[in-house]
Amino acid sequence: MSEKIKIKIDGKEFEVEKGITILEACKRFGIKIPTLCYHPDLTVAGICRICVVEIEGMDKLQPACAYPIDREMSIKTHSNKVRIARKTNLELILSEHYGDCYTCVRNGKCELQKLAADFGIDRYIFPSVTSPKYKIDNSSHAIVRDPNKCIHCKRCIRTCIDLQQVAALETANRGHNVQIQTALNKPISEVICINCGQCINRCPTGALRAKDPADEIWDAICDPSKFVVIQTAPSPRAAIGEEFGYPPGTCVTGKLNAALRRIGFDRIFDTNFAADLTIMEEGSELIERLKRKLVEGDKSVKLPMFTSCSPGWVKFIEHYYPQYLDHLSTCKSPQQMFGAIIKTYYAQKIGIDPAKIVTVALMPCAAKKFECNRPEMRDSGYKDVDYGLTTREMAAMIKEAGIDLHDMPDEDFDHPLGLGSGAGLIFGSTGGVMEAALRTVYEIVTGRPVPFKDLDITPIRGMEWIREASLVMENVKPEYKFLEGVEVKVAVAHGTANAKKLLRRLEEGKLDYHFIEIMACPGGCLGGGGQPIPTTPEIREARARAIYEEEKRLPVRKSHENPEIKQLYEEFLGKPLGELSHKLLHTHYTPRGKYFLGEENVL
Amino acid sequence: MIEKKVLLNKLDRGEAILRAVKMGSEKIVSLIKDSELRGRGGAGFPTGIKWERVLNQSEKERYLICNADEGEPGTFKDRILLEEYTEKMIEGMIIGQIAIGAKKSFIYLRQEYKFLAEKIKNTIEEYKKLFGDKVDFQIDLRFGAGAYVCGEEFALIESLNGFRGEPRNKPPFPTEKGFKNKPTVVNNVETLCNIPHIVLNGASWFKKFGVKGCYGTKLFSVAGDVEKPGIYEVEMGIPLIELLEHVGGVDSKAVQVGGYAGTTVVPEDYYKTLCFGDLPPGGSIIVIGKNRDMGKVLENILEFFLEESCGQCTPCREGNYRLLEGLRLLRDGKASIKYLKTLFTLCDVMKISAKCGLGQSSPNSFLAIMKNFKDEILYNER
Repeated sequence: MSEKIKIKIDGKEFEVEKGITILEACKRFGIKIPTLCYHPDLTVAGICRICVVEIEGMDKLQPACAYPIDREMSIKTHSNKVRIARKTNLELILSEHYGDCYTCVRNGKCELQKLAADFGIDRYIFPSVTSPKYKIDNSSHAIVRDPNKCIHCKRCIRTCIDLQQVAALETANRGHNVQIQTALNKPISEVICINCGQCINRCPTGALRAKDPADEIWDAICDPSKFVVIQTAPSPRAAIGEEFGYPPGTCVTGKLNAALRRIGFDRIFDTNFAADLTIMEEGSELIERLKRKLVEGDKSVKLPMFTSCSPGWVKFIEHYYPQYLDHLSTCKSPQQMFGAIIKTYYAQKIGIDPAKIVTVALMPCAAKKFECNRPEMRDSGYKDVDYGLTTREMAAMIKEAGIDLHDMPDEDFDHPLGLGSGAGLIFGSTGGVMEAALRTVYEIVTGRPVPFKDLDITPIRGMEWIREASLVMENVKPEYKFLEGVEVKVAVAHGTANAKKLLRRLEEGKLDYHFIEIMACPGGCLGGGGQPIPTTPEIREARARAIYEEEKRLPVRKSHENPEIKQLYEEFLGKPLGELSHKLLHTHYTPRGKYFLGEENVL
Repeated sequence: MIEKKVLLNKLDRGEAILRAVKMGSEKIVSLIKDSELRGRGGAGFPTGIKWERVLNQSEKERYLICNADEGEPGTFKDRILLEEYTEKMIEGMIIGQIAIGAKKSFIYLRQEYKFLAEKIKNTIEEYKKLFGDKVDFQIDLRFGAGAYVCGEEFALIESLNGFRGEPRNKPPFPTEKGFKNKPTVVNNVETLCNIPHIVLNGASWFKKFGVKGCYGTKLFSVAGDVEKPGIYEVEMGIPLIELLEHVGGVDSKAVQVGGYAGTTVVPEDYYKTLCFGDLPPGGSIIVIGKNRDMGKVLENILEFFLEESCGQCTPCREGNYRLLEGLRLLRDGKASIKYLKTLFTLCDVMKISAKCGLGQSSPNSFLAIMKNFKDEILYNER
């Protein structure tokens, strides 16, 4: 029990635990303090000075987000002193912000805009910026930076350095010349940015956004010679409702399908199908690695094996730990597997020239945009996936078409390639890939379902930074005799900062796992950089709940039992890890290193 | 009135250290508390209380940092101590380490004083030879990189930690979580130089100098339009006019007291005293001659803050920019007198809502000069 302290807020008495911040206390008692640089996912900066409050006996105001209640105190949250300070500070920020609201991607969803409205700002007090001063950095496939809209709250920096530990962004210069920059102010495509887009999700304004391919997609849809196929990942359907006013944690799968069909997509496929395909390939790869390592003693085989579904994580390891690239599964992500299958198998099946097919991927992710543009992702003979579209951008397209999800009926995906198992669906949450893989691997090896109630492998669910489980392979099928009695140890981590923790342990030789799932974003894909803003710990929990609840209702919950997957192997691929699989579904990686200047230029 | 009573007086080498060893932590801390010595860096926090806070921490890994990042415009009083009285600072640091139970301390020396490094290192070596076997101490030298804000204790600590030199939120204070997040005392050079004298002569001796609540002597670096610029040791609480008479600066337009972060004092207020609670006794006295253009003086001050703000908090980053811009607009007749009122409000907001002392004190001179010399600046009436 922590010590209780009596406090007064605006004259009313409350009791709180010692050490919580004034902001936390106020939130608890329903007293709203405006904030700007504060974000529940991030370290506290206390720099915007919007949340300042007055503490009796102190002549300076204190930031509510950073000030701990360490003694009995009386707090005023809207005295004149407080009000004038907040408003003046907001006016200072507004004057320096190139507030081109009509043409801003965050119009209507901008925290600064909202604050200005809340404070009743009706004019600029100080001379204001009337034209853009800085060039927009458009260099990346995924992230666009517009410094003109930056208000120096440093949420992006705290995301990049503290939350994700990537450190592609830092503060440069001092005083009024302060700017958020990449190293040496290089274009963001040339630095160690992993495109996770977490900074976009935390930017209060439009200074950071994803690169939007909507115009090209509209062009393709309206071009009768093109056959436009969209695949939708599991997380967007658990989140896109938020853009239409549904509470977080509402699954709108059927309504989304209907909306996409009305927009004019020719086929709507389920990425969960490709997730099942990934499990078939990746599970087989794991068994293969275990066999070669444990039975044949092949030292070139690396364990633990890492998942490779998260393109942010893949680029992270390419930059930070290129020496461990051999640990990454060679499987492409579901998005890319799907693209390759659509432009080969599906094109043949329905007799359409793959050159005319345009594949769009609705993803919760910014890095998927980068991934589909990787030069190695053209194994179908064409660009496997033409466009990666974020949940936010999809919502904007739906709205532009005059559609409200509320009005939509529930519709199914197109088939084949439209049936996904529950195992594929839970890819959307941290731990889901691992759970899906275990369900399949265990059953392939032993012929029995995983020994967990209702197939729910609960030890690896949740939001702890790392979760672990182990499964002893007993009474295995004869062909997997080499695994008899083997305890397969697995771990799950999410967020690249936690990935770093794991990799450090690997470096120290302290990891004895066989298989590790890592997602670049906190919470996994449901917390991805392409998801609706805001994303907070509570919202991530809600989206995860939605995914796991929907999973329970699905008829097929194991990847290897998906009939359309079976059909794909029978009609086209042959078997997992077969020749065609290797050509279309597996890939290789690029060691990039941390120093884009070349090692010789580093001091 | 102006004599070398303490700081610029001589010190018998090593005696204070020997006595401090005998006294031990608690007694030293209570002696410094009794002396009511207040920090000489500008803020005037009681040194003994700072030390006591670190001493009372349960964490045993502690640090002492000597702030030798003397960067306030017009101040060069630490330089003479660093250069000619190095041993006083070193003794103060060794005694400080004994007092707070720190095994290691740092001197954070401003880059521009690099030429003093050898002298300081040699003095540390001498003391190591003399007392290395009696006291477990270590003193390392570190250099700033030229940022004024790194004189602020937390920005200094961040800089020592290897990060961008930016002030942190308080609490927790450095005495709880400072260097490497361990309890840390940050003392100014001059503060530490007082320590061996107090240890040798006692608290009541020290309190013979100065005025109630503000004891001891103080070094002032006097510069500007004055007959005898230089460094003077005076008792705390002396009226500014007495110092000005001594250095030949009475016949002036104004005096910038306490550096740019201090305030601008006009002749009617020369009777005020130099002590905490009255005129800021940070150590910088810049005399502004009768023929000076106050608009230019203020412009110079604001340009300084604009460049030296670390840029993290809104009021300081944007506020200093608006003050300078506003001054120029007003001077050029491009803004109305009403805008001056807006700027005064801005000053008040900066003073109460900026994150650290830099942004909280940078409007002082704007307020003082704009109030006293408005006609000169706005209407060119000199």
